[in-house]
Amino acid sequence: MIRVVLPAHLRTLAGLNGEVRLDVEGAITQRSVLDALEARYPMLRGTIRDHTTLRRRAFLRFFACEQDLSLDAPDTPLPDAVAAGAEPFLVVGAIAGG
Amino acid sequence: MSSVRLLVGTRKGAFILTSDGKRENWDVTGPHFAGWEIYHVKGSPVDPNRLYASQCSGWFGQLIQRSDNGGKTWEPVGNQFSYDGVPGTHQWYDGTQHPWEFKRVWHLEPSLTDPDTVYAGAEDAGLFRTVDAGVSWHELSGLRKHGSGPTWAPGAGGMGLHTILLDPSDPNRIFIAISAAGAFRSDDAGETWRPINRGLRSAHIPDVDAETGHCVHRIALHPSRPDVLFMQKHWDVMRTDNAGESWREISGNLPTDFGFPIDVHAHEPDTIYVVPIKSDAEHFPLDGKLRVYRSRTGGDEWEALTNGLPQSDCYVNVLREAMDVDTLDSCGVYFGTTGGQVYASADSGDTWSAIVRDLPAVLSVEVQTLL
Repeated sequence: MIRVVLPAHLRTLAGLNGEVRLDVEGAITQRSVLDALEARYPMLRGTIRDHTTLRRRAFLRFFACEQDLSLDAPDTPLPDAVAAGAEPFLVVGAIAGG
Repeated sequence: MSSVRLLVGTRKGAFILTSDGKRENWDVTGPHFAGWEIYHVKGSPVDPNRLYASQCSGWFGQLIQRSDNGGKTWEPVGNQFSYDGVPGTHQWYDGTQHPWEFKRVWHLEPSLTDPDTVYAGAEDAGLFRTVDAGVSWHELSGLRKHGSGPTWAPGAGGMGLHTILLDPSDPNRIFIAISAAGAFRSDDAGETWRPINRGLRSAHIPDVDAETGHCVHRIALHPSRPDVLFMQKHWDVMRTDNAGESWREISGNLPTDFGFPIDVHAHEPDTIYVVPIKSDAEHFPLDGKLRVYRSRTGGDEWEALTNGLPQSDCYVNVLREAMDVDTLDSCGVYFGTTGGQVYASADSGDTWSAIVRDLPAVLSVEVQTLL
C-alpha cells in the first residue's frame, strides 16, 4: 500500500480527506505511483504532470523520507520506506513567497 | 418572473450573483473553486443551466468545470489542450522564435445552438472546440497556421485569444481577437481564417497599419446587426460596418481612448459602452473618477455615466472580460473591477450601485437573463 499526500487544492479537486492509499503494481517509482493515482482520480490528470510529456509541473515538488526527489528520473525506485507504506510520497506546492 | 444571474470570475474563485427582475437585491454564492483563478464562466444560450468555467493555477495548470444545474454543483471535465500537429513557433519578446505553449484558457464561448459545443480561446493564442460538453478539446488550427502566425508576439500580458464572437445569422462565421496579433474572421466555421485589421493604427508596432500585430482588447456586436463590430483597442475605439473589412475610429470626445471592455446595449444596436482608462502605463481611471462612457450614436459622441460610481480616489481597473448586459426591457449593464466591486445599472447606465464590494480582483462578468 503506497501512501500519497496531496496539496489542499488537489485534495479538494479529487474530493479527498487526508492522504491517499494506493495499490501499485510492480516497481514503486514516481511514474507508477502517479499512474495509479491518476487512474483512480482522473480529474488529477494534467495537474501534477503535463498531459503529453508527463513532466512534473514546475511549481510542484516531490518529497519523501526528508528528501527532495523532484529531479529524480520518473522510473527511479522510490525509497524502501515509501514502497513499504511506512512513509508517504508527498506532492508539495511551491510557496508563493512574499 | 424574470431573473438575472451574474457569473463572476475572480483571481481567487468564482461567484454567482442572482436577483429578480427588479435587480435591487442580490444573493451572492461562492467562492466556487476557492483559491483558483477563474478567467471566465459562461452559460449555454440553449440551456442556461449548462455552465462552463475556466479554472487555472500557476501550480496545477488548467481545469475546465461544467455545471448542469446553474452552478449548484460542478464536475471537472477534459483539460487537455494540445496544439494540432507540430506546434511550430511564434515571435518571442526578444525577437527570436518561441515554441507555441499552452498556458491557460482565457475565454469560453458556448455554441448558439448546441449546449455540448463550446469554443475556447487559449494562451498561447489558439482556438479549441469541444463537441462533447467539454470531455475532449480539439484545436481549430487553421487560425494558428494562418501565414502570419510565426510573426505573432505576446504583449506584456501574454498572447491570449480573448474574444470569440459567433455570428447569429451565419453559423459559418466566427470572429476572434488576440493580444497582440489582432482580429481575425472565419467564414467556414473555423477551418480557415484571415486577418481583419484594415484601418487599425498602432504606434507600438513598426508598421503602424500592418495586417497583424495590433493589440485588440475586445470586440462586441449586437446580434441583430452582426456585420457591425465595435472594438476597444489598446488605444482607440473602433467600428466596422462590413464585418471587419475596414475599421474607422470612433473615439470622438472620450477623455482617453485606452481601455479594455466594450459592450453593446441589448435593445439599441447603436448604444455602446466603454470604460476609459488613463493610459497603458497607468491602468486606472483618469483623475481617480470611475466613469462609464456611453454613446447612443454608434460612437464619436460619448457621455460620461457617473451616478453612483466613485468620483474621487478610485484607482481600480476594469478588465476586458468584466462587462456585460442583460436583456430585460430596461437593459441592465454590469461590470467588475480589480478592486473587487461589481457595479450594476438597471437603467442602461443612468444610475449605478455596487451589488458586491469586496470580492477578489474581478476577471470576468457574464450575465444570464433567465425568463
